[in-house]
Amino acid sequence: MKPAAFDYLVPQTVAGAVDALAAGAQVLAGGQSLLLEMHLQRAHPALVADINRVPGLDTLTVVDGTLTVGALVRHKTFESPGAVPGPLGDLFARAVGYIAHPPIRARGTMTGNLAWAHPASEWCALAVALDAVVELRSTRGTREIPAEDYFLGPFQTARDPDELLTAVRYPLLAPDTGVAFTEHRRTGFSFAQVAVGAALTVREGVITGARIGLANCADRPLRAHNAERTLIGSEPSQPVFTAAGEAAAERDAAPVPEPYADVDYRRHVVAVLVARTLREAAPV
Amino acid sequence: MRITLTVNDAAYPLEVEPRRVLADALRDDCGLTGTHLGCEQGVCGACTVLVDGEAVRSCLMLAVQCDGVPIRTVEGLTGPDGQPHPLQRAFSAERGLQCGFCTPGFLMLAAGALDHDLSENEVADLVRSNLCRCTGYEPIRRAITRAAHAHQNGQDGRHRSV
Repeated sequence: MKPAAFDYLVPQTVAGAVDALAAGAQVLAGGQSLLLEMHLQRAHPALVADINRVPGLDTLTVVDGTLTVGALVRHKTFESPGAVPGPLGDLFARAVGYIAHPPIRARGTMTGNLAWAHPASEWCALAVALDAVVELRSTRGTREIPAEDYFLGPFQTARDPDELLTAVRYPLLAPDTGVAFTEHRRTGFSFAQVAVGAALTVREGVITGARIGLANCADRPLRAHNAERTLIGSEPSQPVFTAAGEAAAERDAAPVPEPYADVDYRRHVVAVLVARTLREAAPV
Repeated sequence: MRITLTVNDAAYPLEVEPRRVLADALRDDCGLTGTHLGCEQGVCGACTVLVDGEAVRSCLMLAVQCDGVPIRTVEGLTGPDGQPHPLQRAFSAERGLQCGFCTPGFLMLAAGALDHDLSENEVADLVRSNLCRCTGYEPIRRAITRAAHAHQNGQDGRHRSV
């Protein structure tokens, strides 16, 4: 099928883009999900605002330990672990390889993933695990929402239709943080059945910080708070990681059944993957 | 909308609807039917072309987005002397195609990556991007690796065999 007819605007500034949204426009950034939805006639916007020519949205900046990712930063940017300082760059580089494939990564954007809010999105799971903050701009002003409050369900967020997701901010990870990302899927082309990102801080032999993000383990991206609590104060070991995996599977995850993965199966995968990810992340 | 597509260094002034995807504009408006359309969902990769040097799905970009941006299609791989591109020679040498439907997409996918130093893993990751229902991928992987080695060793002159 082909996209239905629409009017097309190319704003040259953020203010212009925000005005277009106030007039009911749908934002086109990377377009790798939007155009697919339009092909399938599941999305038929009357007005599309292509923000690809707005200067300044394609930048990554680090100020006072906070990374800001602009709305036009492509997935591909994160393939190099040096694109973002410290372990955060390493974690992003490990995760990005699971996102679609190179031609999609050349166009799609991290911020677009957060706007689209697919429950299996790797970036969305990391955003909630890493205490990211989403910056939303409209003609009414600018507001910031913590990622954990931002995701409300499958493809549902706290963003109002007239708000432009201009940037996402992440606190950088401390240099002694260990990171890992693992994913389970049916084929190389499939979405994640379960994906897990983790950041662990071990000081003097004891886990002092833990962040675990889960993708496709509920109707929205999750931070595995219960699993994290079982880790703090423990010495990193296989039994500790296994217990954390079981906590994530039983108490954090709320899997939705899918044709190739029922709830029991997915809980089992969560337990295995969380333990495996933590083992990889544990700095030794 | 009036736009000008710059494809393989030639200008194509076009009048297109905003909803026209780049792949359709290339095939139907520019007459460049080397770019194939399979799934029209970004999955199969038969429509892969270079936009500003980057391999992208031309079914997931609008033609109007590409106004004034350099585009390269499979028709632009052959040199001005009519000699096949080293990638095309490598695909031939390694039997990297059978029916040929996916081949333009694979060639442009590889063309976009040839200037980087491609590791074995990167070639494997690259080959995973597109669908081929004939070869089983291994000959395609070998062909891209062969062309990449020749490229890195500076042996991909158009008149030398790869």
